[in-house]
Amino acid sequence: MLSHLRTIPLLPLLGAAYLILVGRHHSRRAVHHIACMAVGAALVVSADAFFFGLPALVKEGGLTDVVGTWFASGDLRVDLALRMDALSGLMCLVVTLVGTLIHIYSTGYMAHDKDYARFFAYLNLFCGAMLLLVLGDNLPVMFIGWEGVGLCSYLLIGFWYGETANASAGKKAFITNRVGDLGFLIGMFLLFRAAGTLDIPALLDTARGGGAVLTATLWWGQPVAFWAALFLFFGAAGKSAQIPLYVWLPDAMAGPTPVSALIHAATMVTAGVYMVARLGAMYLLAPAALAIVAGVGALTALFAAVIALGQNDFKKILAYSTISQLGFMFVGVGTGNFAGGIFHLFTHAFFKAGLFLCAGSVMHALGGSGDITRMGGLAGKLPWTTWVFRVCWLAICGVPIFSGFFSKDAIVAGAFATEVFGPRLAWVSPTVGAGLLAAALGTAFYMSRLYYLVFTGECRADTRGHLHESPIEMVGPLVVFGLGAFLAGMAGLPPAVGGSRADLIGHWLAPAVGPPLEVSSGFEWRMMVASTVIALAGIGLARLFFGGGAREPARRFVAALPRLVAVVRSKFFVDEIYQWLVVRPLRGLSRGLFVVVDRILIDELLVGGWTFLVDTIGRFLRLVQVGDVQRYLAIFAMGLAALVYVMARPAAPSELKIRIEGRSAVVELGDREATSGKLDYGFDFDGDGREDRSGPSPNATWSYTRPGRYRLRIRVTDPQWSTARTIERTIDIR
Amino acid sequence: MPTYAYILVSLALFFVGTAGVLLRRNALIVLMSVELQLAAGTLALLAFSRALGDQKGHVFAFFVMALAAAEAAVGLAIVVSVFRTRRTANLDDVNALKG
Repeated sequence: MLSHLRTIPLLPLLGAAYLILVGRHHSRRAVHHIACMAVGAALVVSADAFFFGLPALVKEGGLTDVVGTWFASGDLRVDLALRMDALSGLMCLVVTLVGTLIHIYSTGYMAHDKDYARFFAYLNLFCGAMLLLVLGDNLPVMFIGWEGVGLCSYLLIGFWYGETANASAGKKAFITNRVGDLGFLIGMFLLFRAAGTLDIPALLDTARGGGAVLTATLWWGQPVAFWAALFLFFGAAGKSAQIPLYVWLPDAMAGPTPVSALIHAATMVTAGVYMVARLGAMYLLAPAALAIVAGVGALTALFAAVIALGQNDFKKILAYSTISQLGFMFVGVGTGNFAGGIFHLFTHAFFKAGLFLCAGSVMHALGGSGDITRMGGLAGKLPWTTWVFRVCWLAICGVPIFSGFFSKDAIVAGAFATEVFGPRLAWVSPTVGAGLLAAALGTAFYMSRLYYLVFTGECRADTRGHLHESPIEMVGPLVVFGLGAFLAGMAGLPPAVGGSRADLIGHWLAPAVGPPLEVSSGFEWRMMVASTVIALAGIGLARLFFGGGAREPARRFVAALPRLVAVVRSKFFVDEIYQWLVVRPLRGLSRGLFVVVDRILIDELLVGGWTFLVDTIGRFLRLVQVGDVQRYLAIFAMGLAALVYVMARPAAPSELKIRIEGRSAVVELGDREATSGKLDYGFDFDGDGREDRSGPSPNATWSYTRPGRYRLRIRVTDPQWSTARTIERTIDIR
Repeated sequence: MPTYAYILVSLALFFVGTAGVLLRRNALIVLMSVELQLAAGTLALLAFSRALGDQKGHVFAFFVMALAAAEAAVGLAIVVSVFRTRRTANLDDVNALKG
């Protein structure tokens, strides 16, 4: 069915275009009205499509909107087509809802920024690009959105580009993402080469039907599906900040906090998870690729959680937390539990956006500092922020009835219960499950540490006198996110708790990503108890260490293991290792190329060589230009004399006729000068060097005795000027 | 008199003029030598015109005379102008365009 899906990404894009072009001339009120309306309208349109258009069609593949053919070349035909199915519809709703709330929040947070219009233009552009990514019906359209959100991420991280660190963080994000994008592109090419199409529904149909073209062996005994899935996952790892490409996300916190909440927590970074879920059927063809996805996800979840333990910057902790939670989602989709991964994406969007907005609110109150060792005791000063933070904190820790509990549990239980890996890779499933449990413990600990250090105990801030709660436009979205963080879990209650129809998200997504993973009721209960124990243990341990500020046990722990603490605090030196392994060799190579190719080859040899040549020729020619008109005239006179000599030679005969009559050759020169009778002619008919006929007549005849090939030479002499010309011809006598 | 006699005189005159143009250093003399060359050309035109019985040569002779007058006027003006600025009419000293 056709519909007007195109309006969903178009509205924010138009808003962005308008604000970029003329936003500077509008008042702040007008700017944020335009920006919020654009995204709000997109929310209304997508909600309308999702709740009223989609349910009837969700089994048939959802709503589509083909704007037109984008490009066609040979077998490749790419339409500018959008599709809202169960998965992209849900994602679209999350993006527009979170986007709208964060636009509203930004009107308060950025109220005093001088580049108000530019900020909202970028936010709108981001929403448009993200919606294009989500709704794209084929990989190229998705890729445009994919690149668009990367661009906006770069623009917004470096929004305060006056400081070099911010600009560098933007560049780091962009370049790291480009490395991943290469994987996305290669994956796309492999799929096209194998399946001959880039339309996602067509690819998924191929994959669901067994897909001989996708299971054919490509390299090293692995099928096409494996390599395509692996390269696409590499792209996803770049966008969704997974090992080995996660390094950009912590630095991305240099951007304004609403940006961190919108782009680097709730929406853009989940694009990789979304893409894997979208292409789920293809991933299911390659268990090895799924195992890599799940393994990398679990490793990242654990690794980032450990790094987060040692950080002291509010937003950096949340950034590592985001990386860790994205790892959870990748384990979800990597264990074939696509609904679980998307469910966690859904709840995470609420509680992580809420946490980031709380961070923004706290930093707003403290005048911009994010150092949690300089905070503390904010609970009484910022009541609304504190309550929202508490809800989101309990949600991310996985305390029962809060949203994160159900979604995280769905992933962990699914990781243990899944059977997608087959017998050979069966060991992957409990390994990643155990990794996730450890990561969950770390999560509960570092988030509780953050809570206790910021909100409890004595206030250690310098500006304690001026502390104030944020304005209503910031608190409003906060409360909405808080409610979402509390209630979103209700959308995906496990069957063991709410009965067989309780898993709303799982059943809703079934047409798009397959039925939800079956987990036995007894195992589900055991997992829930284990998760609860782990969450409470993490919180209890953190309270022991940090309740009311850093306590004695925390100090003793640091004193007992100084090496370990130092390594964790410096994030396992990953940035430094990349610096040595990647950045420096690349820089050396670039410098070498610059010196050899640019400086020597182009500048010196090509550019310099030509100028040298022209210069040298000029130097010699300059000797001729003596500036003496009489010498010029002398040369002119000599040239004229030479010209006269050449021109005065007998002209070429105007017509030369050689007739062969039997054994005779008749030559008629027909020269006009022949009429004056002053020229002398010589004819050598048989090529022996002696003239057979000579005299003033231009015509001559000669009879040959034998047939054969002869060389005919005719000499014309002007005795008056002593000039001569010779004409030669070859003739055949039969 | 046969035509070649006129042509020989014309030739001699032209060579004298050319030698003057190429060898003398005084701009005034050079200009006069140019006049000699023009006169030689005029003479040749007239001689051929008479030999061939064609009046076009006479017409061209008038053109040449008009041209010579104009050339003399412009040439002399340039020489005077150069002399005013440089206090010399020697062509060796007028070499500002030398590379």
